[in-house]
Amino acid sequence: MSETPVEHAHPAPIRRGFPLSAYLICAGGIVWREALRFIHQRERFVSALVRPLLWLFIFAAGFRQVLGVSIIAPYQTYILYEVYIAPGLVGMILLFNGMQSSLSMVYDRETGTMKTLLVSPLPRWFLLVSKLFAGVAVGVVQVYVFFGIAWFWEVQPEPPGYLTALPAIILAGLMLGALGMLLSSLVQQLENFAGVMNFVIFPMYFASSALYPLWRVQESSPLLYRICQFNPFTHAVELIRFALYQQLNGQALLIVLGCTVVFLGGAIIAYDPARGLISRKRQ
Amino acid sequence: MQDGRLNDSATIDLPALAVERVSHSYGQRQALGDVSFTVPQGSFTALLGPNGAGKSTLFSLITRLFNVRHGAIRILGYDLNADPGEALRRLGVVFQARTLDLDLSIAQNLTYHAALHGLPASAAKKRIGEILATSELSARLKEKARNLSGGQLRSIEIVRAFMHRPRLILLDEPTVGLDIRSRAAILSEVRRLVKEEGVSVLWATHLIDEIDDSDQVVVLHQGQVLAEGFVPEIVAREGAKSIGDAFTRLTGVRAGTTEPAELRA
Repeated sequence: MSETPVEHAHPAPIRRGFPLSAYLICAGGIVWREALRFIHQRERFVSALVRPLLWLFIFAAGFRQVLGVSIIAPYQTYILYEVYIAPGLVGMILLFNGMQSSLSMVYDRETGTMKTLLVSPLPRWFLLVSKLFAGVAVGVVQVYVFFGIAWFWEVQPEPPGYLTALPAIILAGLMLGALGMLLSSLVQQLENFAGVMNFVIFPMYFASSALYPLWRVQESSPLLYRICQFNPFTHAVELIRFALYQQLNGQALLIVLGCTVVFLGGAIIAYDPARGLISRKRQ
Repeated sequence: MQDGRLNDSATIDLPALAVERVSHSYGQRQALGDVSFTVPQGSFTALLGPNGAGKSTLFSLITRLFNVRHGAIRILGYDLNADPGEALRRLGVVFQARTLDLDLSIAQNLTYHAALHGLPASAAKKRIGEILATSELSARLKEKARNLSGGQLRSIEIVRAFMHRPRLILLDEPTVGLDIRSRAAILSEVRRLVKEEGVSVLWATHLIDEIDDSDQVVVLHQGQVLAEGFVPEIVAREGAKSIGDAFTRLTGVRAGTTEPAELRA
């Protein structure tokens, strides 16, 4: 069908735009709603914490004797396996949180509450970025509660490390949240979300440096080593690991930044009614 | 705009909604074909059509959930594609499916909606007080939405649509699934708010008894506008006895049902 010519009977009235305060109020409202939902879903908070703690208490205890960790950057000395996997477990919290946020977006779309967000007059990209930050804020709270408990399990970086790790945690959270948002635009039904678990979360987590140093992986499988290097989750974990020890991993920073831009750009396009996948999928 | 009021004096002569030659297809199936009509400011316009007529598709286009690819839609003169923000800030919507967050309280749902339109919590609180001044729901603001009945949920969604002082309200079959008493209450509540707030309404329905003689009607059937005008005009034009009769003559479907008239003859 060809584009229909439309007569412009009336000149467009004045465009006023929105003041900065409207953007701030809107973003605050989205973060506030996400926080309320999180508070109401206590089991979500508990399970988000139990998962990495089980890995720390049980898996790491078992592997401590099996898997030796030699001195590798950013560590200055031999470390316990628990210390090694702590940044990976932080990544796990952020990964699951990102996917949980995308799951809730699929749920919101199915129940219709997503429409409330999408008919807001503020730009669609701004709404999605606000939603992303809201999810990350929830993830950051979970990470620091995890740090608090892990302190008693001999995971004790220097106190300034907790501060220097914050930007890395936020950036990693943004990347993983943006990936989840992009996936939520591709998943048509809630039931299909199990596939995301199998094909995204588990491969991303296991094919990374979260559980074992990459030199160890390289020794056993050069192919897996390559896959781990291409996995953005590896770089998110390394960014956090270095930042926790007050160092900057420049390569990891660039890769995580680049992936965040790509994933978020994809999500914004997918949710754009002019170009997106959402409306096409209903067709 | 801290309370949502907009100085729209320049738009006083423009229709609240202008749908101009809009078409939309789902793959090969055309849902809307060259649809044009207007909703004058301050009017209660019923979009009358049986199920599957294209009402929900049209609403998805007006709310910009779908992109307008063919034709144009203007709200108070603001083109939805060129000025989506200006158009949407003047629009309030009640979707056919429930869109309240059942885990949040009524007040939280309304405050969240206000925030999405850039209204601070203090303005939202004041506005809730204004709209619900005479409603029994004002005493239940702290209750979770899931504790409300279907009719009460719908009432809150209507209040929500009015929160940011829109100039045009869309309601997509808002009485579906409600009992007769709740339906009547919702309809009279909307008519009261329209009168008090001076907004325009586009009310999608397939039920003829929701239409008043003073309403403007747009008859939509199989994606085409078959008639547009005030009730007496359409009735006279079709040589019918009532708007229900005119609807049946136009569409071949008995008013208030989706059953073709000829099947019952």
